Amino acid sequence: MSLFDHRIADIHELLHKKELTVTDLVNESYSRINQVESKVDAFLSLTEEAARKKAKALDEKISSSSRLEGPLYGLPVGIKDNIVTKGIRTTCASKLLENFEPIHNATVVERLNEANTVTIGKLNMDEFAMGSSNENSGFKVTRNPWDIDRVPGGSSGGSAASVAAGEVLFSLGSDTGGSIREPAAFCGVVGMKPTYGRVSRFGLVAFASSLDQIGPITRTVEDNAYVLEAIAGHDQRDSTSANVEVDKFSEALTGDIKGLRIAVPKEYMAEGVSDEVREQVLQSLKTLESLGATWEEVSLPHSKYATAAYYLIASSEASANLARFDGIRYGVRVEEGNLIETYKKSRSQGFGEEVKRRIMLGTFALSSGYYDAYYKKAQQVRTLIKRDFEEVFKDYDVIIGPTAPTTAFKIGEKINDPLTMYATDILTIPVNLAGVPAISVPSGLAEGLPVGLQIIGKFFDESTVYRVAHAFEQATNFNELKPEL
Amino acid sequence: MSYETIIGLEVHVELKTKSKIFCSCSTEFGAPPNTHTCPVCLGHPGVLPVLNKQALEFAMRAAMALNCEVADVTKFDRKNYFYPDNPKAYQISQFDKPVGEHGWIEIDVNGEKKKIGITRIHLEEDAGKLTHVDGAGHSLVDFNRVGTPLVEIVSEPDLRTPEEAYAYLEKLKAIMQYIEVSDCKMEEGSLRCDANISLRPVGQKEFGTKTELKNLNSFAYVQKGLAFEEVRQAEVLNSGGEILQETRRWDENNNETLLMRVKEGSDDYRYFPDPDLVDFYIDEAWKEKVRGQIPELPDARRTRYVEELDLPEYDAGVLTQEKSMSDFFEACLQAGGPAKPVSNWLMGEVSRYLNANEKEIEDIPMTAEALVKMIQLIEKGTISSKIAKTVFGELIEKGGDPEKIVEAKGLVQISDEGEIRKMVNEVLDGNEQSIADYKEGKKKAVGFLVGQVMKASKGKANPQLVNKMLVEELDKR
Repeated sequence: MSLFDHRIADIHELLHKKELTVTDLVNESYSRINQVESKVDAFLSLTEEAARKKAKALDEKISSSSRLEGPLYGLPVGIKDNIVTKGIRTTCASKLLENFEPIHNATVVERLNEANTVTIGKLNMDEFAMGSSNENSGFKVTRNPWDIDRVPGGSSGGSAASVAAGEVLFSLGSDTGGSIREPAAFCGVVGMKPTYGRVSRFGLVAFASSLDQIGPITRTVEDNAYVLEAIAGHDQRDSTSANVEVDKFSEALTGDIKGLRIAVPKEYMAEGVSDEVREQVLQSLKTLESLGATWEEVSLPHSKYATAAYYLIASSEASANLARFDGIRYGVRVEEGNLIETYKKSRSQGFGEEVKRRIMLGTFALSSGYYDAYYKKAQQVRTLIKRDFEEVFKDYDVIIGPTAPTTAFKIGEKINDPLTMYATDILTIPVNLAGVPAISVPSGLAEGLPVGLQIIGKFFDESTVYRVAHAFEQATNFNELKPEL
Repeated sequence: MSYETIIGLEVHVELKTKSKIFCSCSTEFGAPPNTHTCPVCLGHPGVLPVLNKQALEFAMRAAMALNCEVADVTKFDRKNYFYPDNPKAYQISQFDKPVGEHGWIEIDVNGEKKKIGITRIHLEEDAGKLTHVDGAGHSLVDFNRVGTPLVEIVSEPDLRTPEEAYAYLEKLKAIMQYIEVSDCKMEEGSLRCDANISLRPVGQKEFGTKTELKNLNSFAYVQKGLAFEEVRQAEVLNSGGEILQETRRWDENNNETLLMRVKEGSDDYRYFPDPDLVDFYIDEAWKEKVRGQIPELPDARRTRYVEELDLPEYDAGVLTQEKSMSDFFEACLQAGGPAKPVSNWLMGEVSRYLNANEKEIEDIPMTAEALVKMIQLIEKGTISSKIAKTVFGELIEKGGDPEKIVEAKGLVQISDEGEIRKMVNEVLDGNEQSIADYKEGKKKAVGFLVGQVMKASKGKANPQLVNKMLVEELDKR
């Protein structure tokens, strides 16, 4: 039994009763990392010295104060390497940023610091969050703790694998088209993509600014709610962060979903979704029915255009967002004869294939003469997709379907076929385009591999999403299944 | 063949907000390089822009003062290009929803009034400053300026002569200064101008191919550059040549424009809406609030000076050209100064002094109250206008109270009749010949004698009294 098998609330109580120390928790992280990291490869950097120092300070604070501040006090966390951490190397898993040490903290990092968490290290990902398998990391491929020949999903593969492997109690990921939910599904953990604007993006290295959102990856739904409470909320430094009050998500977990109206889009259960995944979703719906919910099939008719629209919008934004990486002011510079050649060499050597593919796609889509046909059209499709969701949410409380069409695939299986790889995200992409919140919760195993159930909610209604996910978790306990490493 | 000249100007004006447009760094000019920077304006990974509301309001104010329609919804777009002064490799600017559109201003050239259209005014961030180090094989970048708010003001191609272009710039600068959104100091780069110019045969509707002039560091260079280009283009056309779409720079040493580069097609900046910024909705109440911040503009002041103060058109024009001068004049009126004499002093001695010393009126120690007091001393006859020049010299260099200067220097005018009569007789005693001339009807002799008396009084005698006494005493002899 690992300390991390405890819920956050239990650990908090143990710390409070002084039956456990923050140092114990940090020890747990690093000893587990020593044990399994060579198989999982989830981390790009470890911050052991600073973590142990902070643990000591937090332990001293416990002994001198009567009440612990906040539920996350002393908890070991891993942070995806596209979230900037002051003085801690932040690479976005790109060779171009191999040497980059930020001079400021992301807002979420500041909020975690205020919550007194302890950062264990920075987590591997697909380079600049572009990918669904972690195979696009410029440094190494993280492996799925359930089967180390398989991918952990992506792009927050390190974030999901580290939690599944018990290396940290929770982690932060980012989700642009499914990058939290798909790896959470593949690794059998809980991953939340909050409403766009719920969590500040300040300090998240931008991939696609209108889609990116930071969210927590945890073992349980309740833990997830606690973490989101800590990191969510308006931030003056992010114009797109919503000035909407942050609900006490953890208090929404009543276990009661009687009368809940569930919509199941037929497009989410169609061709491309594997039989065992579809079967699991139907089983899950039965479970929810047994708890008093009802479900009906609906249609999100524009879903079929989502992937095309997404790759145009996300790549267009990325082409501008990644233009600043030129090797001049920070990052790795490849010196050439003149300025333009230095730009070209630094970028062509620093970026990986997938990143270059998307920069070119985005640059093309924004080019004069093509803008209307590609970027503008994609934005119009996006509006239609958003309306699909709004239409369904007039009559239903949540939308449920699978998170990913299949379970984790083999490393190398899809890497040479970008279009097949892109299809991995068909069920998560529409959610980002619409901007609504969605969670992936474990819904059991298929042939020994985790399957994720995706629960999608209304704008800023993470509370209902958590309530449903929590009720499902309580009824099934799939979250207690652990990989053997 | 005779040609018609078509000129359009693009003017960048730095807004004098305290902080930058998308971060809280200071916009102060002249700080050591790269000291007014932060992760946001340096474009570090993960940073986001947050609009400085003051910058938007200044741009709205400018749009209104230029008679533009202010947008109900305005938004920002990314203009993509790689250059070392542009750390994000895109500039946040405005593409299809600028703050203001469809405006105009009125210019006055040789007494002819003309309306010049303003196509648009949009808000954007300034770039950093590059210094090319000769022979060093590298350039230096100063990011202090990056993120300073700018408005770009694009004129319609309504200007027809280099003089009109000059007048347009003067007027634009005056308006921006009056509404207090910019210092418009070309030498500090807070006003920059690019000029587009083309020729077309008189009567032809279509525009000819234009060239763009850059590196125009003063309004005079704009005028000279355009005048040069007018002649150059006509020569090319007359010799059967073709104007190429070029960017040319003004070479102030040799008084000519030089080719920088030939443009092939248009640059593709791949503009798209900046997803990091939201749309800004400007409702009527907000517009009204900003409209309320616009003070009296130069044209209105000029009209008032003519209609209410009875100043000549010329005076009104000169006084209102620079806000600082006009404000000084206003302060003089406030202090009870008589309009025309004040105007004479400002346009005369004051302007002469400022020009000769390359100073601005706000740089001198003389207050409006002091100038008015001095003028009143002249009007009361306490000092003569001749003595006033001495007082003025002291005032404009060192400031102070004119009454005290007059007293300390013993410059009070002598108006005592007995004293003057005594001086008159002393002068007459020593100038027999002049008396004789006077008696023979040579009235000129009086002028000479007045001069002699003034000289004897060291300029302090009241000239009117001297004149009167002289005639009286002459007639007695």
